[in-house]
Amino acid sequence: MASDSNAGAPGPGVPARTSPSGGRSSGSGSLWGQLVKISLLGLFTALAVWAVLPLYVDGNWWGMAVVAAVLVLVYLVYLSKRTVPLKYLLPGVLLLVAFQILPVLYTMSTSVTNFSDGHRGDKDQAIAAIEAYSVTRAEQGREFGLTVATVGDPDLGELVFLLTDTEGTPYVGDIEGLRPLDDATVDPGSGRVTEAFGYTVLTPAQVNARSRELEEFAVPVGDGSGIRANSLSTAYEGRATRVYDADCDCVTDTETGVVYTADDERGAFYDEDGQRLPQGWQVNVGFDNFARFLFNPTFASSFFSILVWNIAFAVSITFLVFVVGLAIALTLHTPRLRGKVVYRVLVVLPYAMSSLAMYLLWRDMFNTDFGLFNQLLGTNVDWLGDAWTARFAVILANVWLGYPYMFLVATGALQAIPRELTQAARIDGAGAWQAFRHVTLPMLMVAMTPILIATFAFNFNNFNAVWLITKGGPFPSNDPSAGATDLLITYTYRMAFSQATAEYGYAAALSVMIFVIVSVMSVISLSRSKALQEVDR
Amino acid sequence: MRFRSAPAVAGIAAIALMATACGGGGGEDTESGAETTLVIWSDPERAAAIETAAQEFAETNGVEVDVQELAFGDIQGDLLNAHQAGNAPDIFIGAHDWTGNLVRNGAVQPVELPQDRAAALDETSVQALTYDSQLFGVPYSQENIFLMRNTELAPDAPETFEELVEVGTTLKEDGETSEVLSMAVGQEGDPYRMNALFASAGGYLFGQDADGNWDPDDLGLNTDESIAAMEKIAEYGEEGEGVLRRSIDTQNDAALFFDGEAPFFIAGPWNIGDADASDIDYAISPIPGFEGEGPASPYIGYQAFFVTEGGANSALAQEFLANHVTDADFILSLYEADPRTPVQLEALEEVSADDANIAAIAEAGAEGTPMPSIPEMGETWEPLGKAEAAIIGGADVRETMESAHDTIAEKIGG
Repeated sequence: MASDSNAGAPGPGVPARTSPSGGRSSGSGSLWGQLVKISLLGLFTALAVWAVLPLYVDGNWWGMAVVAAVLVLVYLVYLSKRTVPLKYLLPGVLLLVAFQILPVLYTMSTSVTNFSDGHRGDKDQAIAAIEAYSVTRAEQGREFGLTVATVGDPDLGELVFLLTDTEGTPYVGDIEGLRPLDDATVDPGSGRVTEAFGYTVLTPAQVNARSRELEEFAVPVGDGSGIRANSLSTAYEGRATRVYDADCDCVTDTETGVVYTADDERGAFYDEDGQRLPQGWQVNVGFDNFARFLFNPTFASSFFSILVWNIAFAVSITFLVFVVGLAIALTLHTPRLRGKVVYRVLVVLPYAMSSLAMYLLWRDMFNTDFGLFNQLLGTNVDWLGDAWTARFAVILANVWLGYPYMFLVATGALQAIPRELTQAARIDGAGAWQAFRHVTLPMLMVAMTPILIATFAFNFNNFNAVWLITKGGPFPSNDPSAGATDLLITYTYRMAFSQATAEYGYAAALSVMIFVIVSVMSVISLSRSKALQEVDR
Repeated sequence: MRFRSAPAVAGIAAIALMATACGGGGGEDTESGAETTLVIWSDPERAAAIETAAQEFAETNGVEVDVQELAFGDIQGDLLNAHQAGNAPDIFIGAHDWTGNLVRNGAVQPVELPQDRAAALDETSVQALTYDSQLFGVPYSQENIFLMRNTELAPDAPETFEELVEVGTTLKEDGETSEVLSMAVGQEGDPYRMNALFASAGGYLFGQDADGNWDPDDLGLNTDESIAAMEKIAEYGEEGEGVLRRSIDTQNDAALFFDGEAPFFIAGPWNIGDADASDIDYAISPIPGFEGEGPASPYIGYQAFFVTEGGANSALAQEFLANHVTDADFILSLYEADPRTPVQLEALEEVSADDANIAAIAEAGAEGTPMPSIPEMGETWEPLGKAEAAIIGGADVRETMESAHDTIAEKIGG
């Protein structure tokens, strides 16, 4: 058994085609094999170079080192003759690391931060945004016609503004300040400078190439005001009212005099009254996110009630689809039944339809006034508006969608059990139930247990099943973030993506928790099922 | 010996192969690098119009414009992520109520419109895009909900909500229709639509200061006025007249009206296309308020162009917003592709003259309030919606409203 599971590592590895036997005498293999190997390695190298370029631009040396290490590893493995098992395992392992382990690690690292709306970037970005957003037009601020020019070379020369005020008087503005401009040609139509001695007038594309500089550029005109561009052809006089001072690590609002001090624990600038500036930054908050749903009374009560329902949901669906699927499989297993194929096709139909569409259909069938159920039954039940009927509804819909799979597996497993065994039991005097209970079922369970564990794990995180039917509702009137049918995964999704303030850090902590819960449950059930099989043997 | 060197030969060959492949690619890169491309994110409905309308801009400035299509609802979230990753577009379109969240994430650049350009736009629309006295986007169209009626069943526009219910109930009792009014509530509530009635009955969500800025500290859901307003609405709920029901949601509300099952429909501009395609003779009028109370005040939403912070082409992007989005011809060409009420005054005048629906929708929005754009607004939708749904289902009004108030206050307090 154990050796089988090793082979389960995915082997999409086309490169493994070369020298399969790996014996000393196999040498370089066929010419064809060599060519395939060379081209695949070449492709992989190209991929690595493609990956390194952006890393190099960013100056990310660690990333480049990792890429180089992987590349060297791949070359060593596929050019060496001694690493035959690795040749098969490497592609799977690399993909596993890239698509399974890295996301888990990334989620874990996010879960200890306050990554959320208002805390996305770093501190420098927050400061830049605070300063830029505080630039306001000075009262009776002047407006100018603008021509952007440089001293000398258009790409590298110092930026200057060639300005015209409302009377058409030309000025030149640079980092030093504003001065009258004498030798300038002003276009009477647009009222802008088109030519000036000693300056190179830039084309729109040339101005655009220096966008970053232009954003920062202001011609100082005294008491903190500056003339800034607000388009390619106009400029205005304005001033930044909030200024960051690195010495006190604080932002001062020059208009109100309020000082906002940086709080690196919470990742935002706060004033004395605890009012913060909206732009914050990402900081490490340790295990606060975990503490929140484990110990904070309101969050903990939502978390644990959702957890209990989540387990109940997964267990009851697994149990019910197993019972229904097996019952139908047993019924259709009767040898004398006619038209078996037709019945089997009918039974499998729900499985063949798109589950997304089916969930939406079920949601509409549960509508109080227009839904099929109330119209058929002549009742007026508010299916999705009451906690227990909503829970019933999601379970019912999922059993309907889930049983055909169980039926298929059970049918297959039943056909593998020799009928003689049941017959022998019957001859020995066992009743039909006893024969099923003590002969058929134990043999069936060997094949079914892993499937049941998979069904449980799948339904534990069955996002669509709940989101498309109830969206987690109905919600208690005092807590709109945790509904009666919420699973942990839908609750997490709401935290991260569906509510106004996306709380990625908190959602990541919940995800880590889900990961731990599902892993523990799967490990326990798998080890127990192994025990079960050993007893059978 | 021959065998031993084989791996090395293979390795060298692989690297050589890669090098030749890259050599080819590198040549192309240097050729295409010179051209500047202004990237705009738009929803699919308007993408073609923006592309065409931006052509003139592109030619004047010697650049290329690339309009990329995203579902409107995805733009905000994708933009925030793309901005963080450093590959955001230069310009994107969005709704004015995103402003607060975009600003707090530092994802947009302030826009400083030349005064004559700003004056060409509807004043409330500019106010709606302003956050903390700073303009962050250039509005170009607005939308608000209105009452659509089946003129065969209800020839006259109702003056009051009571009159609407009376006409509808008579039709329902005569067996002409099965519903009095088709107004989406759903299991989660719909505060966007409900605000029209809520405001009419005197309720309010956020207070406003003297300058019209929304005040997040003045949350009004637990005030006596708001509770009285919800009690008024509850009279028409499932335990009362049964006019407002959770079983009507955004999935089936239009179908009820277009099938002739409901004489009145709280509709939006997005329903006009279907209405024209259906056999129903319809007319548009303002949503009526309650008798003896204030007028119904629907939320007005504005669509706007924003400039991404830190984009490589911000100079051109600013130029595009300041001098093209405010231009009547540009707005008219957008209107032709996607008929929404323009906020550019000259374009609005020209459009209203030809299109009776635009004029009627604008009239229906005359009493409207711009949807608050402060980030705290986002926190209210879910709790308030769920509270409204519960109240329409028959829950105790005071208790539900107070608990919704506390939930929201707790969220925005932190």
